[in-house]
Amino acid sequence: MTTVTIEASELTRTYGNNTVVRDVSFSLSQGEVLGFLGPNGAGKSTTMKMLTGNLAPTAGSVNICGIDIIENPKAAKALIGYLPEQPPLYKELTVDEMLALAGRLHGVTRKHLKKAVEIAKQRTGLTEMSGRLIDNLSKGYQQRVGIAQAIIHNPMVVILDEPTVGLDPIQIRDIRALIKELGGEHSVILSTHILPEVEMVCDHVQIIHKGQLVFNGGIDVLKQQRQGNKLLLGLNNAPALNEIEKISGVVSVTAIQDGLLRVQYAVGENPAERIVEMAVKKKWGLHQITPDQTSLEEVFVQLTYQEATQ
Amino acid sequence: MIFAVAGKELRSMFSSPMGWVILALLQLVFAHFGFFEGVDKYYKIMSGMVRPEERLGATEFIGNNVFSMASFVMLFAVPLLSMRLISEERKNQTLTFLFSAPLSLTEIVLGKFIGLVTFLTISIILTGVMVSSLNLWVTVDFGYIAANMLGLWLLVASFSALGIFVSGSTQQPIVAAIITFVVLFGLLTMDFYLAGDPTSVFNKISLMRHFEPFSHGIIDTRDLAYFFLFVLTFLTLTVRRLDADRLRG
Repeated sequence: MTTVTIEASELTRTYGNNTVVRDVSFSLSQGEVLGFLGPNGAGKSTTMKMLTGNLAPTAGSVNICGIDIIENPKAAKALIGYLPEQPPLYKELTVDEMLALAGRLHGVTRKHLKKAVEIAKQRTGLTEMSGRLIDNLSKGYQQRVGIAQAIIHNPMVVILDEPTVGLDPIQIRDIRALIKELGGEHSVILSTHILPEVEMVCDHVQIIHKGQLVFNGGIDVLKQQRQGNKLLLGLNNAPALNEIEKISGVVSVTAIQDGLLRVQYAVGENPAERIVEMAVKKKWGLHQITPDQTSLEEVFVQLTYQEATQ
Repeated sequence: MIFAVAGKELRSMFSSPMGWVILALLQLVFAHFGFFEGVDKYYKIMSGMVRPEERLGATEFIGNNVFSMASFVMLFAVPLLSMRLISEERKNQTLTFLFSAPLSLTEIVLGKFIGLVTFLTISIILTGVMVSSLNLWVTVDFGYIAANMLGLWLLVASFSALGIFVSGSTQQPIVAAIITFVVLFGLLTMDFYLAGDPTSVFNKISLMRHFEPFSHGIIDTRDLAYFFLFVLTFLTLTVRRLDADRLRG
């Protein structure tokens, strides 16, 4: 059974004459991780603020597990854990005090508070920092406290705005693992502009550009776009291009920089094996053959660029 | 929930030297300039009073000295304490933490207000105890002290409510402190400048006008209502101001 945890419909936010977010609609089910992508200033953070009730939408509505956040903010907010762009931490408190406060404000009962703090610290690797003042922690650890305060009450929906900013590579790996783990029982919305991150942890991807959704679908769809049906071929004694085109399955061949050739082939008919055989037989001097992946960046640019030209 | 917010505020005040220093300084000032000077002057002045109706009780003379001093000093102390309540959170972007928690704006504002007033109550209670210690040597009029404490408490609560509102309207704590001080000073001395026209409506708004009866040991419901409305007005305005954050962004 899938339960819809977040449902946003036609969210719009205007500042004066400037529409920052326009008609953004989507829904998310339990156990899904949604990646929210977009260039700077696309409206990611604004959308997240609206989802968490920090900003009133000009039009549209947000439902958290069926509870309207505008009409019943208290009940809806209790189901959300939110880490804004800048982790909201009281620097004069210790890690334990901060998490206990977050727990209490989010309605964790006194009886369970200690355990909840302990679990949140464990999940974010903060156990050794318990008694330290947040002010004295490094940026990475502060970021972890920010995540810990967002998950302490075991919310249905976790919303993280650029959670891996400022972390070192090992911490990033840990946090990504944590996000994946969270995705098991909670719904997670993750905003980022680091594309590989999305590929690693998200099930769904949304790309927002100039306030509008330009892509909304599974990560597989995005990956397919990315794979293409292309091979990259490096030959020392390259023959005429049409000679390669004669190999069955090959649709077209184009020369690109560095003496490499891009081979486009028909769907499902990867000619790699045949090309290698031919290359050996005719001594083309094959030194490289790789699937040509359009980087996620390119897909991203394509999607946002299309929107701009329309 | 309200008390969780209030508790956090109290903790923050005592986690820096600021809270302790202010508490200590307040006591020092009240004790030295209010209490001891009052005791000193009492004997000098009263020994000169020949006619019995000119004589004042020790409680009234010294108590008045302490509490009028206290109301004046609080004029400086409260803006310093209230300035960072909301403005600093806005500057550090920690308001989001409170806004995302399942709390209503009223709960947030009330929590902060209660936290600050609790802190100031500690100072007022200590002052009350100090004046009551006169009981070791003379017979003390405890009713008089209680009325004064209540008056000072209401005055300080009003200062705090206004301070929180100003703090909610700016990002800079220092700006909040200065504005709060100026407004409070204006409200306190309003009846002094308008003394020439005793019928003026503005006299009725003056904080001092409503604090004075308490310093004579009189508890008047009109004054209670005034302070209550004053606090209510500014706390409501603060809630509205915070709501504007959510609406206007």
